[in-house]
Amino acid sequence: MAILDILKLPDPRLKQISEPVTVFDQTLRDFIADLEATRLAGPSAVGIAAPQVGRFWRIVIVDLSTRPKTPNHGHLVLINPEITHWDGFAMGREGCLSVPDYTGNVIRATQIRLTAQNADGVEQEYEMNGFEARAVQHELDHLDGLLFVDRVVSRRTDLYRRKVYQ
Amino acid sequence: MTDKQVDWNLLTLVGADRAGIVARVTRVLYGLGCHLGEASMIRLGGNFTIMLMVSAARPNADILAALAPVAAELELRVHLDAMSGGLHQHLLPNLQVRVTGADRAGIVADVTEILAAQGFNILELESDVAGDRDRPVYIMNIQGYSDHTIESLADALAPLSERGVAVDVAPVDVLIG
Ligand SMILES: [Zn+2]
Repeated sequence: MAILDILKLPDPRLKQISEPVTVFDQTLRDFIADLEATRLAGPSAVGIAAPQVGRFWRIVIVDLSTRPKTPNHGHLVLINPEITHWDGFAMGREGCLSVPDYTGNVIRATQIRLTAQNADGVEQEYEMNGFEARAVQHELDHLDGLLFVDRVVSRRTDLYRRKVYQ
Repeated sequence: MTDKQVDWNLLTLVGADRAGIVARVTRVLYGLGCHLGEASMIRLGGNFTIMLMVSAARPNADILAALAPVAAELELRVHLDAMSGGLHQHLLPNLQVRVTGADRAGIVADVTEILAAQGFNILELESDVAGDRDRPVYIMNIQGYSDHTIESLADALAPLSERGVAVDVAPVDVLIG
């Protein structure tokens, strides 16, 4: 296993859209092991996406298994993930391995349904909510070249109050 | 820019709000060779307010003199003070306290005294008055850091609910991914 270099803002490669994975072989499994080692080497990230290490494949890892109080599906390798359903929204604070020393508020869906393949190419379906749903949305954004800084809202943003201009 | 070599000033501007203030002021600062650091601008009671870290590229007197014409034209009050500290000193909150209640004197002191006694360091505070003129509602949102448990903070704040103030303590879970 190797710890890979993490691309950091303003690296333009972070804007690149990643390609679907079509071959589920040992190379893929080796890369996933490196990606996981890289996630664990950093500052307590609950997720990581392949493009963050310069591999533009649609692969993310999300792992909330260290948070027993947070509903979660454990350690997940999500390949070619697709969110099929969104519901609700909430503001929460996010940071990113690719954006050191900055956190900001982002509005995300509170409930999602998701399909993804695992490392063996087997398709799985998940229903997620809260923090795990937020983590998945953050990581999937990376696959489409989006960072949370592209979605940050002011901490004064009220989800319900309408703005009045005069 | 490496922050270590930079001395920072805190520039404060307050005045009637109108479009274009930030553009005019920051153009002057750029012309002086000043770098900008962290900033916070907000409308308070219809006023423009900003606090802005400005590198001490020039003596304060020069910076103030350069800002004077814009400040006079836009009717802005200006403060420029040397500050210690610099960039990359962020602290992450772990707790959020939301307060809602009928607007009355002392509500902020009541809440924040209890938080202070719990070793709660306020990192961000914003408050607003909602409702209407006859029935104003005070709303405050605080984020900060405390080693105490949510339960212990909630218990300490509980007496306020008997006085018509709703206080909610929740974790701030920062997602890193
Ligand atoms: Zn990220």
